[in-house]
Amino acid sequence: MTDIPVAAAETAAVTTAKPSARRIAPFVPLPLTAARAVTLIGVVATIAATFMSWTYTTDFPGDLTVTGYPGGLQVLTLVSGILTGLFALGAFGLKGLRWLAPNHSHNAVLLLALGTFATTWYTVIAIAQELGGLANLDPGGFVAAVGTLVLLIGALALPIHRHPQEDPNAEYFELGRLSTVPVAVAGYKWLRELRPHHTDLPVPDPTRLPGWVQRLIITLAAAVGLEVLTYGLATGYTEIFLGFLIVVVFAIWALSASGLLRQFSGLTAAHRSFANTMGFLAALAYPFAQNDEHYANLGVNILIFGTVALGLNIVVGLTGLLDLGYVAFLGVGAYAAALVSGSPFSIWSGVQFPFWAAALTGMAASLVFGVLIGAPTLRLRGDYLAIVTLGFGEIFRIVVNSLDGVSGPKVTNGPNGISQIPDLSIFGYNLGDSHDVGSVTLGRFANYYLLMLLITVIVVLIFTRAADSRIGRSWVAIREDETAATAMGINGFRVKLIAFALGASLAGLAGTVSAHVTYNVVPSPYQFAGAAPPNSAFLLAAVVLGGMGTVSGPILGAALLYLIPEKLGFLQRYELFAFGLALVLIMRFRPEGIIPNRRRQLEFHEDETLVPGKRPLGDDTVPVSSAGA
Amino acid sequence: MTTITKEQPTPAQAPDGGPLLQASGVIMRFGGLTAVRDVDLTVNSGEIVGLIGPNGAGKTTFFNCLTGLYVPTEGTVSYRGEILPPKPHLVTQAGVARTFQNIRLFSNMTVLENVLVGRHTRTREGLLSALIRGPRYHKAEARSRERAMEILEFIGLADKADHLSRNLPYGEQRKLEIARALASEPGLLLLDEPTAGMNPQETRATEELVFAIRDQGIAVLVIEHDMRFIFNLCDRVAVLVQGEKLVEGTSDIVQQDERVIAAYLGEPFEGAPADEGDAAVEQAEAGFGAEAEAEAGAGTRAEAGADAGIAADDAGEEQENDR
Ligand SMILES: Nc1ncnc2c1ncn2[C@@H]1O[C@H](COP(=O)(O)OP(=O)(O)O)[C@@H](O)[C@H]1O
Ligand SMILES: [Mg+2]
Repeated sequence: MTDIPVAAAETAAVTTAKPSARRIAPFVPLPLTAARAVTLIGVVATIAATFMSWTYTTDFPGDLTVTGYPGGLQVLTLVSGILTGLFALGAFGLKGLRWLAPNHSHNAVLLLALGTFATTWYTVIAIAQELGGLANLDPGGFVAAVGTLVLLIGALALPIHRHPQEDPNAEYFELGRLSTVPVAVAGYKWLRELRPHHTDLPVPDPTRLPGWVQRLIITLAAAVGLEVLTYGLATGYTEIFLGFLIVVVFAIWALSASGLLRQFSGLTAAHRSFANTMGFLAALAYPFAQNDEHYANLGVNILIFGTVALGLNIVVGLTGLLDLGYVAFLGVGAYAAALVSGSPFSIWSGVQFPFWAAALTGMAASLVFGVLIGAPTLRLRGDYLAIVTLGFGEIFRIVVNSLDGVSGPKVTNGPNGISQIPDLSIFGYNLGDSHDVGSVTLGRFANYYLLMLLITVIVVLIFTRAADSRIGRSWVAIREDETAATAMGINGFRVKLIAFALGASLAGLAGTVSAHVTYNVVPSPYQFAGAAPPNSAFLLAAVVLGGMGTVSGPILGAALLYLIPEKLGFLQRYELFAFGLALVLIMRFRPEGIIPNRRRQLEFHEDETLVPGKRPLGDDTVPVSSAGA
Repeated sequence: MTTITKEQPTPAQAPDGGPLLQASGVIMRFGGLTAVRDVDLTVNSGEIVGLIGPNGAGKTTFFNCLTGLYVPTEGTVSYRGEILPPKPHLVTQAGVARTFQNIRLFSNMTVLENVLVGRHTRTREGLLSALIRGPRYHKAEARSRERAMEILEFIGLADKADHLSRNLPYGEQRKLEIARALASEPGLLLLDEPTAGMNPQETRATEELVFAIRDQGIAVLVIEHDMRFIFNLCDRVAVLVQGEKLVEGTSDIVQQDERVIAAYLGEPFEGAPADEGDAAVEQAEAGFGAEAEAEAGAGTRAEAGADAGIAADDAGEEQENDR
């Protein structure tokens, strides 16, 4: 029907971004040497400030009163300041540090300076605000504030790779009605030209290094990653977690701006299995690296949440089916495992399955429900599945609530749930007891962490193997264009049902462990949206924020979505609001999620002439019936 | 061009000249609108058959009826003597593959993956074998990749196997759609306006490609507006106007038929969509070439111009972007 291409508007937008037209310009006009000097002075002042006292009472958490020894948030400023200095020296061409700026851009310096500035000013303002006034600041605090400001100004004066100048005749349809208002257009244009731009700068191929160096880099990266993660998980109070988040976000952004991240992904692509092994070892080392049950508990919950998100990723990310009630499958698995766990509150309290049998039971129960839900709805296209799964999710919770012997048969004890679920015992190794491994004592949560890690690895294997196979390709084909996929011989219903059932049973598997970790199962967490994970909305957000169709994306998304409500207590009432806002912002500015799919590997293959996001005859939103017209 | 060694002895089953596809009495109604009226069409093996007609004549709808995307209101379609169920995947399984008028690639998959999806019906590996990854799985996967690369080689896209398909230039996207269809090892290939938006050289190359496909024993049914393309290529041409088959026969017969000329000149048929922009006429002339049949050329100009012109514009922009 649509014989006329509708891409004319798109075309105009695409032509403006030519990689050849590079623009290098500072934000603050200063001679280059002056800018460099100011930057370095800022770095030195910042670092020096962290050794001073910032406030004279110990009321502010983290004890910032000690002179000569940085503590609490000062450590973050110090680390960020040192990183800024190193990257600055690298970008200025200092021998020995040049590898820090493989793309010869100053953008990373600016981003790190921004991070240093933000975290320091946040600290200073927090001190003043929490203790009641600027009077509570010691001179060190002022030095830090001024030093980071100087640093930022110096960095802003460096030559920054920027987005090319906008075409003077460009039209901005995305502004809607405002696109005819000259002031709005000028402002928008100015904002667009403000953006740094570094993604297409060439970097040397890292795989030319000797093999052992490449492996060493991957190993070190895994160790640093573990260290940073452990530090972040173990942050004890809100302020330092926020400061940590600021530093990490800007540091990662800077790594990508310097081209190091791109080189690193080239390395991991070249040594895929080695990198995977190192990642696994780092995760394995986590309970040994810190010896606190509380943080091991955090780790288990993140792994459970991440595994479920990975299962959902098969359904949403690979196959493109919107499942709004996915958490119910976690619930089905958890309840099934609880019923066969030997808990005195189970209706079969005499029955106690060994773990492998309980896990299979949980998976099978979820699988059955998955097929029951999927079979009637997956034949239809469009939004039916979303609505039915949303309904199923709620029905599950309500039914489980009602099977209490009063409103219905006694199966689940209603809102009281099934409690006193005994700890698992695997090959005589009771996960509830502490065990000494060398000099380290592994507590209950550490045991469960290790078990869950094993399950996560299995799920990752299932995900990657399924994704890269005939069946996985047909899932993606269906996501991309269901009509074309069926015309290529794919039985859409069958293939979608397999994805749906597989996703459900993986959630069921995670549910069996979760039942034992928490000792009890109750209906309340298995809802569509809530302030704390797991709930279907959070799971979906973990997949979408992290990066659909990737392995690490949903796990990272799950970790963030689990940690942020856990660590930022003050959000409490505003949490859903903040969560919604974050979702909107990410969808606007980074729709592919934190970890984009595929392109990473392809970056090294594709030549310069690539035209991003161009579809000549876009009609993938054509309604079902007009297939191929 | 390299040749593809076919796994299945498809051409042997139906001897040259025997009927491969038989559509009889196909009617497709959308509410009050009858888009296809009682059309019979036969494609014999080893043949290239053309399907032409003004915009909105029902050609694409007819294709959709053949491939099971639409369930025809009446009539049957049989392939190698067996009635095709109106399910797209079963039709492809049986050996009829198609391309789309509006390119429908899997845009976020690589070129190679697109072709591998085309191999879906010719491979068996399910979820379990993908998870276990035994030797049989590896063998089948390697075989699939080998075949897919052969096809890409044949089409001329082997060097772009790792590119995302949406980053390909327009002409290559069209080629990739054909490659993907060929990967299903069809006995009959349906092409819906394969040269829409192409420049003369690309059109010429596509012509060669269609001949090469036929030479492998795959029959081809092709919808096209470019008359020169159709009359060069086809053993037989059927003309569809307002859902009805007006004429069918060799190129000469069709070119001489007055009703065809009238239809293409835009005689006042009711609801015939002929007013799609005269500006594109010049563009289209480039596509025809000077030595095109005078009558047919004049007759088709307005219609084909509208289509090819718009598409050519688009292709032009595409090439600009690529530089
Ligand atoms: N799904 C549909 N619903 C209603 N009308 C349709 C549908 N598909 C096609 N048509 C109508 O059928 C007629 C033939 O369309 P089409 O087959 O696309 O023509 P052609 O391919 O010959 O240009 C047009 O009038 C079109 O509007
Ligand atoms: Mg058509």
